[in-house]
Amino acid sequence: MTLNADEAARFAALLEENQDALVSAWTDRVTTSLRGRLSHAELQRQTSELRRGFQQALAGTAQGISDAAAAELRAQLSELSASRARQGFSATETAVSVFAFKEAVLATLDSSGRNDATTLRDYVAFSSFVDDAALFTFDSYVRVREELIADQAEQLLELSTPVVKLWEGVVAVPLVGTLDSARAQVVMERLLQTLVDTGSPYAIIDITGVPAVDTQVAQHILKTVVAARLMGADCIISGIRPQIAQTIVALGIEFGDIATKASLADALRYVLAQTGKKGR
Amino acid sequence: MNDQGERVEVTSDRDVVRVRQLVRTAAVAVKLSLVDQTKLVTAASELARNTLVYGGGGWVEVAPVDSGRRKGIRIVFADQGPGIADLDLALTDGYTTGGGLGLGLSGARRLVDEFDIATAVGEGTTITVTKWCR
Repeated sequence: MTLNADEAARFAALLEENQDALVSAWTDRVTTSLRGRLSHAELQRQTSELRRGFQQALAGTAQGISDAAAAELRAQLSELSASRARQGFSATETAVSVFAFKEAVLATLDSSGRNDATTLRDYVAFSSFVDDAALFTFDSYVRVREELIADQAEQLLELSTPVVKLWEGVVAVPLVGTLDSARAQVVMERLLQTLVDTGSPYAIIDITGVPAVDTQVAQHILKTVVAARLMGADCIISGIRPQIAQTIVALGIEFGDIATKASLADALRYVLAQTGKKGR
Repeated sequence: MNDQGERVEVTSDRDVVRVRQLVRTAAVAVKLSLVDQTKLVTAASELARNTLVYGGGGWVEVAPVDSGRRKGIRIVFADQGPGIADLDLALTDGYTTGGGLGLGLSGARRLVDEFDIATAVGEGTTITVTKWCR
């Protein structure tokens, strides 16, 4: 059921005449549903802007949320859902902010004593307009959240692969989490670059934080070790826990002549012994 | 006994991670030892990746099983891919057609207690593995 031009105009007038009562009733309802997590003044500002948005859309005889006349309203709703999504409100809490408008309008109709059949028909049409607006808000909320998640995933990729200098001539890569192809690539690039930058002859790859070492992870590690060797650096793999060791044996993965140690401390001790032997 | 079975569609690398997490949660729930958990998760990772890379995607179902005597986890990996022409060759250590280490299928078989593979050229592959609590 869409709003026809007459209905839209009638509601535009209603929203204009009763703006103060509407904004106050709407703000009260939203404040209750958000349980005081946003200040009353802030919500008052938001609802009064949204009321103006709705009023202008209806005055421009918008029959649905996707009409050109409702473009500004759409922008307002997108902004609202984006700010709610960033502040950590749930999708329901965000959509309720829009739905509460219907209750406020209903209360206004009641208090002005307009309860005939025409008003009811008008209200149902108006109600479906608000529903569409709320759905639109919901959609933009989801979109914003997805963007946030994608951003975080990217940040995580950057964050989770530091290369640290452990000792003079020794760098270490503490791997944490799942090592997929994308991360393995980042790790390899970082490690090789750090080897060049610091002129380190030793690199320790610590896999204490890797929950499972399957053939793909092993292959990524092996490739990194081979690449480091080509650059003249020796690699030691540390942090091999008992369950990982047994799994690697059962899988049949061979680390060949690559030195492996149970802990990072063992690996560092091994490297220092090696450098001591060479009498650097 | 598949009352609590959970199914995951495998269509991307991310789904392989989801399979791994699902298997780990299930393995912890039936109290597999830490070593067996790690073995099962690793086997699931290998087989799920095979489903994705060689089978062109499919689904994985993880379910707890109870033989009456002991508990365990059963995982089914199914795809509608090209199937495996020479199973013995595919199960040989070091044989690969995809540039990997060639240990995924054969290694996964060594990591679980029961390993059953049904495949036909052009009809896809279904692998069922079970790991029992010791």
